[in-house]
Amino acid sequence: MKRVSHSFLMASELRYTANTQLEHLHARYTGTGHADLSKHDWVTHQHRDTLASIVGHPTLTSFLAIADGQSIGRIKFEMTEKMLQPCGPPPQKDDD
Amino acid sequence: MHLYNLTLQPPTATTQAIVGNFSGARQQEIIVSHGTRLELLRPDVQTGKISTVIATDVFGSIRSLAAFRLTGGTKDYAIVGSDSGRIIILDYDPKTSSFVKLHQETYGKTGARRIVPGQYLATDPKGRSVMISSMEKAKLVYILNRDAAANLTISSPLEAHKANAIIHHIVGLDVGFENPMYAALEVDYTESDQDPTGQAFRSTEKMLTYYELDLGLNHVVRKWSEPTDKRANLLVQVPGGQLASSDRFDGPSGVLVCCEDHIIYRHMDARQHRVPIPRRNHPLEDPNRGIIIVTAVMHKMKGAFFFLLQSEDGDLYKVTIEHEEEEVRSLKIKYFDTVPVASSLCILKSGFLFVASEFGNHYLYQFQKLGDDDNEPEYSSTSYPSFGMSDPSVALPHAFFRPRALENLVVADELESIDPIIDSKVLNVLPNSDAPQIFTACGRGPRSTFRTLRHGLEVEESVSSELPGIPNAVWTTKRREDDEYDSYIILSFVNGTLVLSIGETIEEVQDTGFLSSAPTLAVQQIGADALLQVHPQGIRHVLADRRVNEWRVPAGKTIVSATTNKRQVVVALSSAELVYFELDLDGQLNEYQDRKAMGSTVLALSIAEVPEGRQRTPFLAVGCEDQTVRIISLDPETTLEAISLQALTAPASSICIADMLDASINKTQPTMFVNIGLQNGVLLRTVLDPTNGQLTDTRTRFLGTRPIRLIRVQIQRNPAILALSSRSWLNYTHQNLMHFTPLIFENFDYAWSFSAELSPEGLIGITGSTLRIFQIPKLGTKLKQDSMPLSYTPRKFITHPTNHYFYMIEGDHRVLGPEAAANRLDELRKQGQTIDEEVVDLPPEVFGRPKAPAGTWASCIRIIDPIEAKTVALIPLDCNEAAFSIAVVPFSARGGELHLVVGTAADTLISPRSCSSGFLRTYKFTEDGANLEFQHKTETDDVPLALLAFQGRLAAGVGKALRIYEIGKKKLLRKVENKSFGSAIVSLNTQGSRILVGDMQESVSFAVYKPPENRLLIFADDSQPRWVSAVAMVDYNTIAVGDRFGNVFINRLDSKVSDQVDDDPTGAGILHEKGQLMGAPHKTKMLAHFHVGDLITSIHKVSLVAGGREILLYTCLHGTIGILVPFVSKEDVDFISTLEQHMRTEQSSLVGRDQLSWRGYYVPVKGVVDGDLCETFARLPAPKQSSIAGELDRTVGEVLKKLEQLRTTTSGF
Repeated sequence: MKRVSHSFLMASELRYTANTQLEHLHARYTGTGHADLSKHDWVTHQHRDTLASIVGHPTLTSFLAIADGQSIGRIKFEMTEKMLQPCGPPPQKDDD
Repeated sequence: MHLYNLTLQPPTATTQAIVGNFSGARQQEIIVSHGTRLELLRPDVQTGKISTVIATDVFGSIRSLAAFRLTGGTKDYAIVGSDSGRIIILDYDPKTSSFVKLHQETYGKTGARRIVPGQYLATDPKGRSVMISSMEKAKLVYILNRDAAANLTISSPLEAHKANAIIHHIVGLDVGFENPMYAALEVDYTESDQDPTGQAFRSTEKMLTYYELDLGLNHVVRKWSEPTDKRANLLVQVPGGQLASSDRFDGPSGVLVCCEDHIIYRHMDARQHRVPIPRRNHPLEDPNRGIIIVTAVMHKMKGAFFFLLQSEDGDLYKVTIEHEEEEVRSLKIKYFDTVPVASSLCILKSGFLFVASEFGNHYLYQFQKLGDDDNEPEYSSTSYPSFGMSDPSVALPHAFFRPRALENLVVADELESIDPIIDSKVLNVLPNSDAPQIFTACGRGPRSTFRTLRHGLEVEESVSSELPGIPNAVWTTKRREDDEYDSYIILSFVNGTLVLSIGETIEEVQDTGFLSSAPTLAVQQIGADALLQVHPQGIRHVLADRRVNEWRVPAGKTIVSATTNKRQVVVALSSAELVYFELDLDGQLNEYQDRKAMGSTVLALSIAEVPEGRQRTPFLAVGCEDQTVRIISLDPETTLEAISLQALTAPASSICIADMLDASINKTQPTMFVNIGLQNGVLLRTVLDPTNGQLTDTRTRFLGTRPIRLIRVQIQRNPAILALSSRSWLNYTHQNLMHFTPLIFENFDYAWSFSAELSPEGLIGITGSTLRIFQIPKLGTKLKQDSMPLSYTPRKFITHPTNHYFYMIEGDHRVLGPEAAANRLDELRKQGQTIDEEVVDLPPEVFGRPKAPAGTWASCIRIIDPIEAKTVALIPLDCNEAAFSIAVVPFSARGGELHLVVGTAADTLISPRSCSSGFLRTYKFTEDGANLEFQHKTETDDVPLALLAFQGRLAAGVGKALRIYEIGKKKLLRKVENKSFGSAIVSLNTQGSRILVGDMQESVSFAVYKPPENRLLIFADDSQPRWVSAVAMVDYNTIAVGDRFGNVFINRLDSKVSDQVDDDPTGAGILHEKGQLMGAPHKTKMLAHFHVGDLITSIHKVSLVAGGREILLYTCLHGTIGILVPFVSKEDVDFISTLEQHMRTEQSSLVGRDQLSWRGYYVPVKGVVDGDLCETFARLPAPKQSSIAGELDRTVGEVLKKLEQLRTTTSGF
């Protein structure tokens, strides 16, 4: 609970000072977190970053392809497909 | 601790290949990316062989490559997308034979990040612009042009970003000279991220989007976006556009969208065409398994074009488009041939197909035909309603083909590649070898191999024939100066000389003018058309008309040594006198009036070849019995005057002066080297200063136990030196740098160049009484590979403590083993189906084994005899079990009898890891280890990924638990367990009662077994999470670890903690200590850290040269083999690290990555010097070399000598 209130405080501070700039930065750097980030969003970002990093590192795609008995092309394809929704649908939003 | 990292064998895996006229000549070349290295290959159109032109480390990770050519140009450039956050345009400069960075434009952060471009590259076919894209959102377009001086220019980037869009692929459209267009395959996740019901996720569409670069307005617009197949993965450019001269269209333009099971032709405002991807007509093929295209290539010929697409099974399909102007009439697909699954395909205009395999050897194929008139079924979009697009969401009926052996292609060349190295051992098992071999388990699936790597050059013997006696020397000679090939082979015996003539057969000839009743000391083709023979009693000068001029030795003396070249002859007499002859302009051999008394018996003599356009070589090197080498002038002004003298540690046995190019010393001209072979087997190589005749820059090397014999030979029309001792070595120039490599062959007693029609670049040698003619085919390689095929992907192998066999486990996921396949086929036969036996019996090495769903495994245990390189026994595993770990355990409960324990699991799924049951299979060794007898198997609850013999019992890492088992009658008995490991135990090492446990994600923990209380306790771990892939113990407290991201690091435990733990008899102290950072009470300290850039699969602590220091050798997945050498002195550390610092500023990476940030990719570099970077010092231009050397207070020669010494004394390479 403490953590939530702390982050709330940060966000409210920023609201007056750097909010517009921050929004711009968020739009520019996809995957950057913010104070009100939900757990699901955070995990989804993490997974997308990881999946993109796997596709981007040739040794990691080879490694997975060997372990899984698939071709590298298939591994890259499935990893990229997974980026759409790596952690399942978002949780139901509370109305409050 | 300070270490020096050196790559012995660079990565051989090819992640991408592009083709183009990079040198600007009318010849196509291939640039391949080895992940961290760029290599330029040149296929020889005549012979169909591929040779490497250059290869360079880029100190960064190459993610994409593309070739482009400016409109109207004749030369291709390469664009590189890497993890440097920069776009790079490279030009190959054939003059200096190097890649030149033309442009380097920064656009983002370093690293292979999600939104930093570099992952995909697409170029406009007319070379006007390039698009570089990331995995998500970011796409940048650069405009390429020429300036007034015809230099390539690059614009600032134009953005074509689309937020929240995952990019699957991009390609440049062929639109002729209209505005450049790019097609991208994108998926937008905005809605699926917002919808908790998952409905939006299911209905998300994959969009084919066109981006147009408006050259007039200088910006990029989203031109068109339409949904396409949900499982599309790849786009292929279709030719289009009009030529200015005619109004004929090259093609319809647009793209091929490769989807799972289908290929769709698509273009803006055009009708779609869809065809199914034909699948193998194999009885065991699952019809519901999707097939995707993994790589594609388009080839344009005059007025026509076709595509070759490759499926993930390796099948090539030929796709053609029938079109009328811009309108497509039909899309056709047919089976072409089956080749290994490739990461890239390149078609050369000369009719070759280069297949850069994703694993294993790469191939060059030659097209025999283009599959035009065969009976292969062809599937056309016209045979389906609405060209196959009546309902795009419904799959077209399956199309089939019958796989068969190659029909359209033939193999022209094979490039060896040891990638992936999955496990390795370093030891000396081969007889008559003084250096250890590296045994590697390589490859994937049925193309896996077990390879023995030996340091040295491969020798290819073409002729071997027995001689009547044992000759002591052999020469070959031409008859005339301008002859292309050699005419005679001259063999010298103790009491005579034999002359053989080289023709269609090799036979003895008598009337050559050579003296056959005495041994020969030297043979030379001299002047325009004369021959010369030096024998102990004199010199015979055989003129073209067979007249012989003979010079006789004064009575009572003999010639003991001689050296010759085309115009000069020097002989040493038994009276320690030198006699000098020179050919005059009439072709007469004239003796110099004075003889030079040396004062000590002459043992060896040498003069260099006459330099082009000169009369003579001005220096003679004389090795005397008083352990000196003297340089004597042959200059007409100062003939036979001594110039300089060098003392030796032993008498010289042979001397050889040769002018050889070594770019590290002199970039443009050959350097004159004086090689001095000593009687104790040491070779000295010194540089002879051409101006003052002084000997400088001496480097020594131990070659073998016998006195050295040096012979000047020709290798690829360049001078080289053969050094014969107890091993034969070749010193040659390759890619402008000097190499010194042993030959892997029998020892030669003598050797010489050999050139004949059948073997223009050969060598001839004698071993005992055998005459051998041989070639050295693979210059530039340092490791000779001998390989043996395996059935499945090797997983691990181990040695046996007493015999020399290797025990290997192999396993393949998602395939049917032969037994399961046979059962399945029997079932089908019983159901009355007819089975196409020919298809079923196709060789799995080419076609792979029948695919099966996840959780199906084929696996076996193999016993290998590494000396004979053959399989001794093969034990297949049944019940869908796959082996994951193996250990030889001397169970003390059985009196120390050795048992083989194999950890297996049934129905294993990789992610998330699960199995129906794990097993520990126990085998007894029979037939001296050549076979195994099954004892029993013990069930476990998870996959046993690591096994280890521990104090007469078995330590097993089963999932998260470390257990110790005792052997029982019916199964293994669990004695003690510790379940507190992070994710899964992947490695175990032990010394004493300590066990080092490597966890898949949580680095290495130190555990101790305390017998009195039967406790297994963790007392230390790492403060960082590490995805461990290989561990080796350096000493009791120190470990070397490789992780999954290409790092290697050294961790050490405080010796106080170590002693304290060992002194605690029960472990109660550890048990009650407070944990630190949510882990063990003690932490190891990181001593050294280095990013290799390749995934490390094994580490060994070995000594690579006889009597040399122990070093750490590691092998990596992409085929890298490297070493970490501990520095012996503080001075060396200071010197080399300062050199490294200078090199960092001088040598900028070809992909624009900062070397320091690359080597510190995940963790800053610590305590390791990058030897690969330091060694590029040899390639720097001379002024830079001397300025760096000056800063270091050394000479350039001293720096090079130090670098060479670090390499040779530790690795011998």
